[in-house]
Amino acid sequence: MLAIAFYIMAAVTVLSGALVITARNPVHSVLFLILAFFSAAGLFVLMGAEFLAMLLVVVYVGAVAVLFLFVVMMLDVDFVKLRQGFANYLPIGAVVGVLLLTELIMIAIAIADRGAAAGQSPQVYGPEMSNIEAIGRVLYTDYVYLFQASGLVLLVAMIGAIVLTLQHRVHVKRQDIHTQVTRRRKNAVEIVQVKTGEGIKE
Amino acid sequence: MDLSSALHLAIPELILAVSTLGILVYGALRGDKSAGTVAALCGVALIAAAFAAAFGGHGKVFNGSFIADGVALYAKVFIYIASALIIVLGRGYFERLNNNRFEFPILVVLATLGMSMMVSAGDLIALYVGLELQSLSLYILAAFRRDDAKGSEAGLKYFVLGALSSGLLLYGASLVYGFTGSMNFDAIAAAAQANPQVGLIFGLVFLISGLAFKVSAAPFHMWTPDVYEGAPTPVVAFFAGAPKFAALVLLARTLNDGFAGLHEQWSQVMLALATLSFIVGGLGGLMQKDIKRLLAYSSIANMGYALLAMATGTAQGVQALLLFMVLYTVDTLGFFSVQMALSRKGVAVTKIEELAGLSKVNVKLTIVITVLCLSVLGMPPFSGFWGKFFVFGAALDAGYWGFAVAGLVASVIGAFYYLRIIKLMWFDGDKGEIDKSPFEAKWIAYAAAAFSFPVAMVALAWLYPLAANAVKSFGLN
Repeated sequence: MLAIAFYIMAAVTVLSGALVITARNPVHSVLFLILAFFSAAGLFVLMGAEFLAMLLVVVYVGAVAVLFLFVVMMLDVDFVKLRQGFANYLPIGAVVGVLLLTELIMIAIAIADRGAAAGQSPQVYGPEMSNIEAIGRVLYTDYVYLFQASGLVLLVAMIGAIVLTLQHRVHVKRQDIHTQVTRRRKNAVEIVQVKTGEGIKE
Repeated sequence: MDLSSALHLAIPELILAVSTLGILVYGALRGDKSAGTVAALCGVALIAAAFAAAFGGHGKVFNGSFIADGVALYAKVFIYIASALIIVLGRGYFERLNNNRFEFPILVVLATLGMSMMVSAGDLIALYVGLELQSLSLYILAAFRRDDAKGSEAGLKYFVLGALSSGLLLYGASLVYGFTGSMNFDAIAAAAQANPQVGLIFGLVFLISGLAFKVSAAPFHMWTPDVYEGAPTPVVAFFAGAPKFAALVLLARTLNDGFAGLHEQWSQVMLALATLSFIVGGLGGLMQKDIKRLLAYSSIANMGYALLAMATGTAQGVQALLLFMVLYTVDTLGFFSVQMALSRKGVAVTKIEELAGLSKVNVKLTIVITVLCLSVLGMPPFSGFWGKFFVFGAALDAGYWGFAVAGLVASVIGAFYYLRIIKLMWFDGDKGEIDKSPFEAKWIAYAAAAFSFPVAMVALAWLYPLAANAVKSFGLN
C-alpha cells in the first residue's frame, strides 16, 4: 500500500516537474509547480516528516507559488522574446546542467552510502512523539533566543517594506471614519431663503 | 544555565530589543512628527545598553549560541557608542533634507542589535541570524533616500550582492554542519581537530568569503565604492565603522573558536585576502575624484591590516585587531562628519578638488581634515600610526615579514592621496566661501580629530590593557 502511494506520488512529482519547464503557457507552468510541491509534500508524509510536509505546503504553495503566479500574471513578460536566444545559450546551459546533474547524482550516492551527517544519525525522540511535538518542545526552550531573533529579522523586513514603498500622497482624498461619524447636521446643512430668479451666490 | 541567568547576561540585547519595539510603536502612532523624540529615545537606549555591556558578566548561555566574554563586551561598548553618534549625525542630516522619517534611528538600533548578536555568536545559526538582522537593516538604510537615483542604486546593489554573499555563507555553513554534525563552535573545533576533511575546509573557505564580503575585503569589495558614493552620508559613516568591527570580531571568533586546529589553512586565506585588499585599496584610491569613493578604497586597504592581524591567530593579533578597529572607526567617523560639515550654497562638497584652498575659508575644518589624513596614513604621533604599529608588531612576531612589507607599501601609496588632499587645502587657490557648518557634524569632527591626536595617546594607556584583558577570553597564546 505504502509502495503504491510512493510510486504514484513520485511519478506525479517527476511528471509535473517536467511539465513545469515544457508547458508553453507560463501560468500552466506555475500550476504544475504547485502540483509538484503538493506531491513532494505527500512524499515527506510517507517518510514520517509531517512537519516538513506542512511547511512545504504552507510556505511554497501558499507564498512562493502564489508570488510566482502574481509575477507571471501582473508583469508583462514577453516569453516569445525570452526564448529567442535559446540556441545561443544552449552550449553553456548544457554544461551547467550536466555539472549540476553530476553533483546531484554524487550527493545522492554519498547519502545512500553513508547517510547525510558524517557518522551521526539525527536524534530521534522516540516513536510516541510526532516531530511537530518534538520541534515544539525545543523551539521555545532551547532555541528561544534564535526564535526571537528571527522574529526581529522579520520585523526589520516589514519596516523595510513600509519605509521603502509607502508614500503619503498629499492630494488624495481619504475616508476618515471619525469625522464621518461625528458629523452633525448643523455643520453640514444650511437652510437659506432663495429669492425667486436670483439663485444662490457662493 | 536557567533562563533568568541567561537573560541576565543578555541585558544589553534585551534593552535594545525591548526599547526598540516600544519606540517603534510610539513612532508609528505619532508619525513623523515624533522623529526627534524617537531619535533621542533610541540614543538613550544605546547608551544604556553600552553601560550594561561595560559592567556585564561573562558566560555562555542558550545552549552555547550566546557568548558574553571579554571580546564580545569590548566590541559591544564601542559598537553601541558609534551607533549612538550615528543617530546624532543622521538626525541633523535628514532634517536638513526634509526627509525626517522616524524609522531611521529605529533601523540603526536594530542593525546594532544584529551586530551585538554577531559579536556574541557561539554557533552557526546565531552567526547567520545576527548577520541577517544587521544586513537587512543596512540594506534599508542604504536606500533610505528612495527618491534619489544614486541612493536607490546603492541600496539595490548592496542588497543583491549582499544576498549573494549570504548565499555563499549559508552554503559554507551547511558544508561545515554536514561534515562535523554540529552547529556549535566548540563541537566544530573538536570535530575539525579529530578529522579535518577536505569538505570541511571547503565550507570554511565559503564561510570566510561570505564574511569577507561584509567587511569589504578584496576580492569581495565590488559594492563598496558605489554604495559609499550613493548612500546617505551618515549611513555610510555607519557602514564604515560598527558593522565592519562586528563582522571582524565574528570572523575572529569563528576562526579561533571553531577552527583553531585549522590555523594553517585559514591563515593562508586571510593572508591572500589581506594582500589583495592592500593592492586594490592602494591602487584603486589613486584614480578617485570623489571624497566618499576615496574613503571607500581607503577602507578596503584598512581591512587588509585588520585581516593581517587576524591571520596571525595569536592573542597579540586579536588584540591588535581590537585596537586597530577602534582607532580606525573614530577616524572614519571624523572623516564623514567633516564631509557632512562642508557644503557650498546648500550643495554638499563631494569632489576632492572642491577642497582646494579650504584653509583660507575655514581653518578649523582644514586642521581637522589634516589631522585625520595624517592619522589614517599612519604618521607617528597620531592614532592611525598606533593601530598599524600593533598590527605590524603582531604580524612580525608571527613571522609574516613579506605581508607586513606589503602593508607598509600600501600605506605609502595611500600616503600619496592623503598628502594630495592636504596640499590642495593648504596651498591651492580657494573655490569660494562654504556654508555655515551644521553644529553636530562640526563637533563630532572636532572630537574625532582631537581623539586621533592627542587624546589617543592617553586613551591607549587605558585601551591597551582593556583589549589585552578582553582577548584572554579567547584562550590563545
